[in-house]
Amino acid sequence: MTPSSGRHEGTIVGRIFAILVTIITLISTGIFLSRIWWLPPDISQHGSAIDRQIDETMVSSGVLFVLAQLVLAFFVWRFADTNDQRKIKTFPGGATPMVVVAIILVGAEILALTLVGSRVWASIYVTAPDPNSLTIDVQAEQFAYYFRYPGPDGKFGALHPELIDASSGNFVGLDPANDTAARDDIVSASLVIPVNRPILLQLHAKDVSHAFYVPELRIQQDFVPGLVIPVHFTAIRTARTEIVCTQLCGLGHYNMRAYLEVKTDADFQKWLNEQSAQ
Amino acid sequence: MHRRNLSILALAVLVSAAAGTPLHRSAKVAVAPGSIEGTISYTGTPPKMRPIDMAKEPTCAKQHATPVMTESVDARPGNTLADVVVYVSAGDQGPAATQTVVYDQKGCQYVPHITALEVNQPMEIFNHDQTSHNIHPMSKTNPEWNKSQPPGTPPLHVTYAKPEFIPVKCNVHLWMHGYFVVLNISHSSVSNDNGKFSLKGLPPGKYTLTAWQEKFGTQTQEVTVGSGATAKADFTFKAVQY
Repeated sequence: MTPSSGRHEGTIVGRIFAILVTIITLISTGIFLSRIWWLPPDISQHGSAIDRQIDETMVSSGVLFVLAQLVLAFFVWRFADTNDQRKIKTFPGGATPMVVVAIILVGAEILALTLVGSRVWASIYVTAPDPNSLTIDVQAEQFAYYFRYPGPDGKFGALHPELIDASSGNFVGLDPANDTAARDDIVSASLVIPVNRPILLQLHAKDVSHAFYVPELRIQQDFVPGLVIPVHFTAIRTARTEIVCTQLCGLGHYNMRAYLEVKTDADFQKWLNEQSAQ
Repeated sequence: MHRRNLSILALAVLVSAAAGTPLHRSAKVAVAPGSIEGTISYTGTPPKMRPIDMAKEPTCAKQHATPVMTESVDARPGNTLADVVVYVSAGDQGPAATQTVVYDQKGCQYVPHITALEVNQPMEIFNHDQTSHNIHPMSKTNPEWNKSQPPGTPPLHVTYAKPEFIPVKCNVHLWMHGYFVVLNISHSSVSNDNGKFSLKGLPPGKYTLTAWQEKFGTQTQEVTVGSGATAKADFTFKAVQY
């Protein structure tokens, strides 16, 4: 192999790589722009703010991604000829300042996204719930969710974990024998809520960490054993969708899901009455 | 112990039969076996069984036209109780049970809810669902285990060496519950949908019968079985709502 043929091969490989990088960049950008794989339609009041934030994040990081890939492709194309005679240019001061500058630039971008994004996040998660919210107690366990409504008396019965007995359907540990507030509590395996009414969920776990993820509500919140975590939202459209666990919680994690049903007020009342009658 | 004596006796019968002596089994057991029948009922208000929401497991949910109810107290018309195990707690042990007990996982339920078997009696556990189950008999005296059964896996072959009342749950579907009632006798019966049970093939004599309900506990009574006769033994549990 002569030196000249080696240079030639290097040029071809470099140019193929540059073309591939450009094609991959354009295709993946096209996939994002066409929204083939995107979040399902939003059904929550706060979701538009999240969607706007996702768009901003996607645009800013997407522009940087496309620029970086195209610059990479350009340099590979331009300097693929392995012309050893050319003088090698280095970043002023060498590799260390280059890495420092890169860290500062990337860090500034991430910090900026975090600061902007956390305002949206905080407006949803770190605000007080509407005082007229419908409060629903949520218990996550391997591998199911149970949703508890206070029943006609409007009061939740106290929880006694030692009384949990799944064989009798006492999934959360109510004490109906001694606690009158517990007798009319409704425990459901599906989360059924009225549309356009503020909902306050109180998340607690029976065993390990789980998560409450409803993409349509733009809500993803972990359950942490020992904590009661409030989550509030308002659904603005009737729907039936899935609630899934997104925190690996054991053997049956893949199978841990429940349904969210957003009903009209009348249908919700009807459902509540049916549950009370059971 | 009793069984060992029987085997020694059987050996003696064989030896003596070979020796040409007139002693043989039918001559010894000149009396016909009897049986015990009865009904399990309750007084008071039993706890309300709750519908089970299987929506998260559509392949199971669609197998049930009406929601499956919890089964811890299986109250039936006429104040009778199904799924109560009645067994001889003192008396003839019966011949060793050799037929295989079948325990099924179907429609995300254990079928039957309660099964009674004898120590060392073979049991086969099937999964006839289109979803994975993880059967977990929570034994304390016998070794505890749990096993995954994806759809289409061959049945599990199980035996228990010691008598024990073993609650069974599914580690994937927490509404699934049942019991293995492992007894050291083969004279046992589980009350049917009319709350009735029957024990057959009992040599005449005195028996102590025990009836066990998973929430209401046990009751016992003495019964005498005559030759070829059917004795009656009814049990009544006091139900509590909560």
